[in-house]
Amino acid sequence: MIRRNRTNVGWPRIVVITLVALTATVAPLPSWLELVRPDFVALTVLWFSLLSPRLTGLFHAWGAGLALDAFRGVLFGQHALTLIVIAYVAAKLRLQVRAFPPLQQTAVILALLWLNEFLLFWIDGVAGHPVTDWRRWLAVAAGAACWPLIAGLYARVAARH
Amino acid sequence: MTPHEPNSRPLLLGGPALGLRLIVLALMSTGLMVADHRQHHLASIRDWLSAAAYPFQWAVQAPLAAWTSASESLATRSRIEADNVRLAADNFVLRLKLMRFDSLVQENQRLRAAGESTARVVQRTLVAEIVRVDLDPFRQRVLVSKGTRAGVFRGQAALDANGVYGQVTRAGPVSAEVILISDPEHAIPVQVNRTGARTIALGTGRSGMLSLPYLPRNADVVTGDLLVSSGLGGVYPPGYPVGKVTAVVHDPDQPLLAIEAEPLAGLDRDPEILLVWFDNAVVEPEPEPESAPAPDATPDAPTDAPGELPAGAAANTPQPAPADPPAPTPPGER
Repeated sequence: MIRRNRTNVGWPRIVVITLVALTATVAPLPSWLELVRPDFVALTVLWFSLLSPRLTGLFHAWGAGLALDAFRGVLFGQHALTLIVIAYVAAKLRLQVRAFPPLQQTAVILALLWLNEFLLFWIDGVAGHPVTDWRRWLAVAAGAACWPLIAGLYARVAARH
Repeated sequence: MTPHEPNSRPLLLGGPALGLRLIVLALMSTGLMVADHRQHHLASIRDWLSAAAYPFQWAVQAPLAAWTSASESLATRSRIEADNVRLAADNFVLRLKLMRFDSLVQENQRLRAAGESTARVVQRTLVAEIVRVDLDPFRQRVLVSKGTRAGVFRGQAALDANGVYGQVTRAGPVSAEVILISDPEHAIPVQVNRTGARTIALGTGRSGMLSLPYLPRNADVVTGDLLVSSGLGGVYPPGYPVGKVTAVVHDPDQPLLAIEAEPLAGLDRDPEILLVWFDNAVVEPEPEPESAPAPDATPDAPTDAPGELPAGAAANTPQPAPADPPAPTPPGER
């Protein structure tokens, strides 16, 4: 769970963590596991947004989104757009969310990941190639389920208190 | 971007400055999406970006590739012997098929000369390894390890040992993205081999299934029919196996048949694919550089043994020229 605000995270560390998250989103997995692969980049963006908006100020979300678009070869700019939206909402809610008990915090993350996926779904539809498979929403639930783990891990590796 | 200290005054931030940034960045993202989707202005930038991403993508799958090659080199003697027996048997069968091949090629060329149509056959192939990264679980696309430096171009057809695999959608210098025939955005013109009826096979997003929604209810299609590429459109060489019909649904309320087919190419298990060059002069009499890369691509492209097939290797199925009237039925086949 994310709690603290007084942190000192340098850009190099943010970039390295984001690159690791990016590679984790395309790392080869068995196909059944692939369906429940959390969106690690979205989780990373959310974590840094909840930590401090001043730290990255949406540019991190935007850059990570563009990199994800380039990695996956999808419509250029779609992840960038969805990630800055959820990063903005997370930054606005950060003071409340950081005070939430774990379960409630996870519920907020679930809602934000759902928003991210819904915007992607919407953009796909507008662009003319909708993915209507219901299983795309599995990754949202998996991402929220991973949040306590990811947040705990990032609290150790990303932020020196 | 944010030159100030991150933890100096957290409570005073996130106000209008953040909202303004959101609007500006959102507008920029939307602009990028429109430019990418509508005008394809970003093609060269996309190629450059995919080239930048390729080292990471390669690094991601490197451990798995190393493990695979290590386990292959440690394969047991009995497995190698079993493979050897199987390959020898395969080789025997293929040799039998080849015996009549030369004479059939001759005959085919004579017949085509009589009909004044050019045979469109694969002239050159290039083996490209599939980079094992998962681009998107709901889109059927793969990354391959050959790019424009090896002569790969956008729209190039890809085959595997069993049938048509897909086509190149993006070609970077050392890598290319291939869309599979089973991708929901892909459609391939096909022909029912038994009757010659032409239609279009659409991808469904599942690697084991194609859908053929455009045949009328009275069309002669049965389960087990072989679908071959018809060559219309000029992307795929004609006469290559695409799939086998697995289900034909007659719904009395619908004017069209609902047909399902299974792709013959090993879409989700191939370690490597063949990128092919063929002479599509029938479709485009004036070959332009992009669609007919063979003349300038031939000298620098690798001509070493494993990727090469002799010209004329494709002529195993007689194909009518696209200008012919539809549904020609080969005599004696029905």
